[in-house]
Amino acid sequence: MASAIDGLDIKQATGWRLQSFLQQGLITSEEIVTRVLAEIAAREPTVKAYLSVREASGVIADARALDERRRRGEPLGPLAGLPIAIKDNIAVKGEQLTCGSRILDGYIAPYDATVVEKLREQGMIFLGKTNMDEFGMGSSTENSGYQVTTNPHAPTHVPGGTSGGSAAAVAAGEAMLALGSDTGGSIRQPACLCGVVGLKPTYGLVSRYGLVAYASSLEQIGPISKDVKDAAILLDVIAGCDPKDSTSAERPKEDYVSELEQCSEDLVIGLPKEYFGEGLDDEMRRAIEAATAALSQDGFKVVEVSMPNTEIAIACYYIIATAEASSNLARYDGVRYGARSLTGKSCNDMMAHTRAERFGEEVKRRIMLGTFVLSAGYYDAYYAKAQKIRRLVQNDFKNAFQVCDVLLHPISPTPAWEIGKKSSDPIQMYLSDIYSITASLAGMPAISIPCGKTQTALPLGVQLCANHFQEKKLLQLAYHLEQLLAVQK
Amino acid sequence: MSLSAAEVNKIAWLARIAIDPDKVDAYARDLSGILEFVEQMGTVDTSAVQPMAHPLDQAQRLRPDEVTEPDQRELLQSSSPSVEAGLFLVPKVIE
Repeated sequence: MASAIDGLDIKQATGWRLQSFLQQGLITSEEIVTRVLAEIAAREPTVKAYLSVREASGVIADARALDERRRRGEPLGPLAGLPIAIKDNIAVKGEQLTCGSRILDGYIAPYDATVVEKLREQGMIFLGKTNMDEFGMGSSTENSGYQVTTNPHAPTHVPGGTSGGSAAAVAAGEAMLALGSDTGGSIRQPACLCGVVGLKPTYGLVSRYGLVAYASSLEQIGPISKDVKDAAILLDVIAGCDPKDSTSAERPKEDYVSELEQCSEDLVIGLPKEYFGEGLDDEMRRAIEAATAALSQDGFKVVEVSMPNTEIAIACYYIIATAEASSNLARYDGVRYGARSLTGKSCNDMMAHTRAERFGEEVKRRIMLGTFVLSAGYYDAYYAKAQKIRRLVQNDFKNAFQVCDVLLHPISPTPAWEIGKKSSDPIQMYLSDIYSITASLAGMPAISIPCGKTQTALPLGVQLCANHFQEKKLLQLAYHLEQLLAVQK
Repeated sequence: MSLSAAEVNKIAWLARIAIDPDKVDAYARDLSGILEFVEQMGTVDTSAVQPMAHPLDQAQRLRPDEVTEPDQRELLQSSSPSVEAGLFLVPKVIE
């Protein structure tokens, strides 16, 4: 049977375009998910984006049910009938929830995260759970307890992390959209390395209920998609105050979609000079300069700003994140979830051996560091000091937003690197997070969008960052820049 | 700051992570390296700065103390490695 989707490249197709085809009756959801499942079958042996993929029969049955609802003329949301992948640290009832850790081997989520509930109400079709660095600790998805995801643009290279599975799935056409989570760049950096769009919302905009906690004062769930419009649509669905998350912000709901194409020409773009120093890859630098030039030529005012507490932010971040991790990960004790060690006679020994056997090296290192900085006698020197520096980092942003509306800068110092090349030295690995952790510490919304490729065809990306709850403006500018860069291509 | 083997063992105990005696030195080296790296925080004058615990300086919301969840004990205990008569079982705690 001939259909509109026959000539369509599912790897390139965006969710909103397919949604318009669905609404016009040109294709069915069943056809879409069948094509995406075929991509999974073809590419997953190499990409390894998923830790679990639902049975095809279940996915197709969901799609048929959606098609039936559409035929009956039921009002359906903008994501209805589109297949979506979810990072394996977000609870989907009845599905595995491992956080990429062996300590949660076999654990099945007993409830839906609030974001998943919202997606279900919208009629999204759940495809599977995506790979990640264990508990969100890492920058390459090499730190998963299960498998190493590869970059769909270069199978010898990392996809970035920690939402590497979600970014790779979208980039490979193995999902139309995905949810990731971002603690210090875990949505934006893999999006950059995989050539897709990734948005970390303002802290408190999206409910964290059902997101397994790593560093509670930093992390947010956000969209990973093929373009800015899809990210805006997905954010529109998942944003909003949730009584079940005491850190979610009480604010009126905003509309991120209907005025997406109406970017104000008066926005002032700020370039933080500390983000363009040593350590930034040449091709990445040139691509970001080209993106800046495109905006400047289009009439936007571009100013240089200074954010002096950028370098110190890495030390601050690793104290706060590891302190929160040592507390949040105390619950994995072999009593209530997952696996239990058979070594150790006493209860304490059993817990210590369970954690030793099941946590990976980076997780153990961070828990021990966090335990130390919170221990008696050291709290003020490390944790309290880091909390003060965190305010200075945020003040840098507040000062910058006095003179500009949106910051433009790199998200990753380099394009994707070869698997195994960087993971041995923890401090080197932490340093690569310099451009992404500051927005996390300050709680600012930030988006990564593709801005070209290297000579060896690896994706490059640029980050835009706005003040608290300025997602609408941020997305408008990101959309505008995406259009300008598309014309240049 | 440089951590001794005794300090690493103490941290490992507090964190309930068993570590092999022959790996203690490697942990001491790794953790000391990170602590040396974060020592640069000491160069920043923060005497007049209030610590920041929440990016929006928002206080935790309270809710009425009412039961909102149904009893799901069996479902929730089904993920435990060892349960009997509605209780979580652990190795002997008291000698």
